[in-house]
Amino acid sequence: MELVGASVLTHEALGAGYHRLVLAAPEVALQCRPGQFVHVRVSEDRYPLLRRPFSVARRGDGTITLLYRVVGKGTALLAGLRPGGCLDLLGPLGSGFELLPGRRAVLVAGGAGIAPLLFLAQLAWETGHPVRAVVGAAQAAELVGTADLGELGVPAAYATDDGSLGHHGPVTDLLEGSLAGEALYACGPPAMLRKVQTLAREQAVPGQLSLEASMACGVGACRGCACRAHGGYRMVCTDGPVFDLEEVVLDG
Amino acid sequence: MASRLATSLAGIPLRNPVLAASGTFGYGREYAGLVPPACLGAVITKGTSLEPWPGNPPPRTVETVAGMLNAIGLENPGLAHLVEEDLPWLQSQGATVIVNVVGRCVDEYVEMAAALDRRREVAGLELNISCPNVDKGGMAFGSHPETAYALVRAVRRRTRLPLLVKLSPNVTDIVRVAERVRDAGADGLSAINTLVGMAIDLDSRRPVLGNVTGGLSGPAIKPVALAAVWRLAAVGLPVLGMGGIWDWRDAAEFLMAGAAAVAVGTATFARPRAMLEIVAGLEEYLECRGLKNVSELVGEANPTFRASG
Repeated sequence: MELVGASVLTHEALGAGYHRLVLAAPEVALQCRPGQFVHVRVSEDRYPLLRRPFSVARRGDGTITLLYRVVGKGTALLAGLRPGGCLDLLGPLGSGFELLPGRRAVLVAGGAGIAPLLFLAQLAWETGHPVRAVVGAAQAAELVGTADLGELGVPAAYATDDGSLGHHGPVTDLLEGSLAGEALYACGPPAMLRKVQTLAREQAVPGQLSLEASMACGVGACRGCACRAHGGYRMVCTDGPVFDLEEVVLDG
Repeated sequence: MASRLATSLAGIPLRNPVLAASGTFGYGREYAGLVPPACLGAVITKGTSLEPWPGNPPPRTVETVAGMLNAIGLENPGLAHLVEEDLPWLQSQGATVIVNVVGRCVDEYVEMAAALDRRREVAGLELNISCPNVDKGGMAFGSHPETAYALVRAVRRRTRLPLLVKLSPNVTDIVRVAERVRDAGADGLSAINTLVGMAIDLDSRRPVLGNVTGGLSGPAIKPVALAAVWRLAAVGLPVLGMGGIWDWRDAAEFLMAGAAAVAVGTATFARPRAMLEIVAGLEEYLECRGLKNVSELVGEANPTFRASG
């Protein structure tokens, strides 16, 4: 865990409120694993007060990439950050994904949930681990990270809620059929994650999911980002954000 | 030359007057590498109970304007974990440790105090009679002067450790509670705990927090906390001032109002090194003013301040 001032190398608006932010953060890049996150200060003063957690979407040579969507005041402020600017960043934090040996990885992404899965795709590519992806969004304009998947040679299928690109319906429809010999790695809205849990259970395949939560400390001190799990509460920041698929109980 | 910042609180010697507030710094280990606990006046642990407590259903926090609400519900791993894991680590780091104690009934507080009484790793206790997020214990004990008196009296009989009592601002008259806590034998007052608040989600049309209400902390509550410390300075017990402290200027205000030392909480979430920055800022301020010790600031602005041990 490092507390660094990361300088902004590039910051690109991708449309539909999505942004791609590349930061020079050598210490963080060196340490971080797919699924881990950085806790970012979006204001220099007292409002907005709390840091914002973002999964690392790609790792480069001394750099990390964040892929995020503007959803509120904090992300709106972040979107105003220019190249050459500095971002106060704490990380890497939390648990990471673990590629299960002997099983093809199936990345299941919903909306902004693609971010940590791109980093996992990068690791799979680097280690020669077999991988494919199914990616969903509300509409075609909100499908991001597709170029990364292409660059990494990950075969991908797409779904949109409005049918503007790929399958017309939920991304989990693309998981119909046998999942034998595969493992699921999912990040996205709760409804999608619940469906992934069900499919994995039905076909007895293992997997992991990454949860999103608003956080205060990000390091396990405040116990604020609790999620429900079998056997009690778990902290998204330190026990997660990556959990075994079967470990967490998602609210209905 | 003795440090300008060296001071004491309720009989506890402190390297400096900046302490980590309970519930915001875990047991110190969570911030290891960023904040050496020995660089703080003291670490006040997460509120700890006899047995592990699970805490409240999520969501447990929500951000507000210049602050946050929390309804953690005193999730903690219990006394055995504290004694076996956390105290040895804190001691190995050279930290001064104050244990924040919670219980559901008088007996549980007493049993905790007795168990910690002879432990050399513990410099003092802070009784939490002011948590707004649990049904039993917490604020239930701090809302009425006589209930608070009975609890503190019972604990006092079982420990010789310096005893701080953390007070709630959610009362009609915090000074009245403080006076009875003093009469019961407390050595110092911690003030303030969080203010009861809530938020509603317009989409779900339900309260945001799983517990419905929570405790407001952060810069938003600083003026309220400062006024409470100002009034408590007349009670005649040393006061550990806290509530919304963001930088050394805020800390200096609390000291001038009459706090013997300060605790920093929510600011740490935004700026993990906030406490270290505050220590450095106070040092520089004392030097600029040519003051030899931080105690010269204490109560400087407050004519009703009564110096105490």
